Amino acid sequence: MSLQIIWYVLVGVLFAGYAMLDGFDLGVGVLYPFLARTDEERATLRSSIGPFWDGNEVWLLTAGGALFAAFPPVYATAFSGFYLAMILILAGLIFRAVAIEFRAKDPVWGRFWDWAFFGGSLLPALLFGVAVGNLVRGVPLDARGEYAGTFLTLLNPYALLIGITGLVMLVAQGASWAALRTTGPLQTRAARLRTLSHWLLGLLVVASTAATLRVTPDHVRNNLSRPAGWIMILLLVGGFFCARYGMARKTDLWTFLGSSAGVLGLVGLWAVGNYPALIPALDRPELSLTVTDSSSSNLTLKVMLIISLVGVPLVLAYTTLVYRAFWGRLKGETEGSAY
Amino acid sequence: MDAVLLSRIQFAFTIAFHFLFVPLSLGSTVALVMGERRFYKSGLAQDEADARFWVRLFTATFAIGVATGITMEFAFGTNWATYSRFVGDIFGAPLAAEGLLSFFLESTFLGVLLFGRERVSRRFYYVSAWLVAVGAHLSALWIIIANSWQQTPAGYEVVDGRAVLTDFFAAALNPSTLPRYFHTVAATWTVGAFFAAGIGAYYLRKGRHSDFARRMLRFGLVFGLVTSLAMPFLGHWSAVQVADTQPAKMAAFEGIYTTQDRADLSLVGWVDTQNESVTGLAIPSGLSIMLGFSPNHVVTGLDKFAPEDRPPVQLTFQTYHLMVALGLLMIAWALLGIFLWWKGRLETSRRYLGVTTWSFVAPMLAIQVGWAAAEVGRQPWIVYNELRTVDAISAVVPASQIVISLGIFAVIYAFLFVAWVRVLLRIVRKGPGDASPGSGYDQPAAASAIAAESVAAATVTRADSTTTTI
Repeated sequence: MSLQIIWYVLVGVLFAGYAMLDGFDLGVGVLYPFLARTDEERATLRSSIGPFWDGNEVWLLTAGGALFAAFPPVYATAFSGFYLAMILILAGLIFRAVAIEFRAKDPVWGRFWDWAFFGGSLLPALLFGVAVGNLVRGVPLDARGEYAGTFLTLLNPYALLIGITGLVMLVAQGASWAALRTTGPLQTRAARLRTLSHWLLGLLVVASTAATLRVTPDHVRNNLSRPAGWIMILLLVGGFFCARYGMARKTDLWTFLGSSAGVLGLVGLWAVGNYPALIPALDRPELSLTVTDSSSSNLTLKVMLIISLVGVPLVLAYTTLVYRAFWGRLKGETEGSAY
Repeated sequence: MDAVLLSRIQFAFTIAFHFLFVPLSLGSTVALVMGERRFYKSGLAQDEADARFWVRLFTATFAIGVATGITMEFAFGTNWATYSRFVGDIFGAPLAAEGLLSFFLESTFLGVLLFGRERVSRRFYYVSAWLVAVGAHLSALWIIIANSWQQTPAGYEVVDGRAVLTDFFAAALNPSTLPRYFHTVAATWTVGAFFAAGIGAYYLRKGRHSDFARRMLRFGLVFGLVTSLAMPFLGHWSAVQVADTQPAKMAAFEGIYTTQDRADLSLVGWVDTQNESVTGLAIPSGLSIMLGFSPNHVVTGLDKFAPEDRPPVQLTFQTYHLMVALGLLMIAWALLGIFLWWKGRLETSRRYLGVTTWSFVAPMLAIQVGWAAAEVGRQPWIVYNELRTVDAISAVVPASQIVISLGIFAVIYAFLFVAWVRVLLRIVRKGPGDASPGSGYDQPAAASAIAAESVAAATVTRADSTTTTI
């Protein structure tokens, strides 16, 4: 396997890890005003993600950094081409980060921070999906590999459908997390929204697949003709039934794991179906930015691989350690013990 | 306005804002770890309350640093796409490594600092504080590597219009990496030191938490004296390196237009850019002696560079000299404090305490203008002698969209700044809290007493149902 393929996989793993992990805390943020009815419940929801969200967000930063390092033209074209969308995602992420940290320290502005947490979660949760939709459909590129569309090009029906699907996916993931980490009426409400969002997600995935068949049939064909595609389909379908099993048996951990597998499967389908293009060019496949013609030098990829072989096991080890330290259900009003 | 200027304004504004919070949190890790160490050793409730206070201060600032840092990582792609294509083979790696090797570490264990006090063992918690501090310092290293490569690129060759890595260690440890790293870290420690001293001074003036306040003030003054005394030496190391590798920047620092020996070292001055001269106070032959240890040392002037290759001189000159002046002021201020301490008048000099409360503004300002001098002095290059800033922006982003994003950043950041000041003042006004006697780590009474004031009484419990339902 060439270094370029390894890096395509690694960048994909980082984005999938981001979707799965930050997915649950973005989802909790979107559900926040609907799930929690009292200050106490709001505090519980916030502390359910409190120790984790920041580490989860680093998956995005590392994925972005890895994309920059391994496929610089892709990073450059995507980030400059999707300029306003990126700025809106940024605005959301900034507000959200500060809202989570300041909500407890600044109760006078509590209401405002609550809304900032919600809005700052909703915006990225929706826009990430819209971006992915465009990257599946293909975007107009010129001969230099630069984006040749406008902001409105990005808001096509297909991308919006994927955007809604992505949003519901993160909501399902968030609801699964909330149902896993809470008790009492809050847990009951989370479980109800979880069921609802899982069914809705199932429908949207079917609709998205149908739309993908119409818009870019090669994407579907790629997934069906590649073993990796079948692994992703298995993850998605298996995850769905695992989650259903968990809901039927009231074992919240199975539901959450099933939901997580589904997220990984969906991101995986995007990656496998797109390969070898990172950014497919709309209508002109020869202009697509692909693994082979837009990667960094072999030396850079090799150095980065060594860094990853050292770093990734360490990160996984201590992330597991910290998740274990905070595992379990939260009961009643909780907040950072430092306050 | 054109897209280049707008993108430059946006980058300058967002990086300057980001770098208000990074030095303060990086510098505060020292006091944070010391506080945790004290509590880890003693287990006393009062030490716990003091340690918690630093955790609150640290995390409030760190949060904004993290949030505004995401902007920076996105900025290369959004606004500087041509630059990203040119340097991606080299520049992306340190950013990715920063995420993988440092940022994960900081963020994961920050979660423990915020939420772990009652959940993890005292040792685990103490180690977490260390890991956050280590992660933060590693982060700084990777970012300085990336930025230093722009200043003094090394370990690469240009192939088909883009820089390609040929030697990783030469690129990472390029000529300016180490001097700039130590210079920057010492500067952030100075901020941390004066910040600690300032908090101590504030409480002493108010007659609150006097033990804690005295400790903070003394620690801050001594630590601040050490770091600010180290600065001239670290700065010198950096300056010699700049003169060697970026002579146009050094010439702009000192307003040297004509290549000459016996070059003067300006103390204060104004550059007359029309007549290419500097009026002000200067040490005769000072610059030659400083750079070459001899008045006969020849300093390269701006005359060696074509007009289009020169940095803006006035701005570089003024920011550089303001940094140096602030550095000297800090040394003097710390010395004065230690003198008063020796005379036994430190805690009664209300005026000294009053000014010291806000003294951390001086190193913060010095860092801002110092970075401005370093980055403006690099112009017109975004990668020194390789790529010009004007040629580096995103070709496809229209100026109108940058105006929109700039507006969004201006509003959000102004708002964040107000929120941050409010939160910080709130934390400081509330103070570390005085633990009731007899309570210790195993009796979290002291903790609850503090926590009860805010929204939160920490009652994190593992529900018994966990095992049955999960």
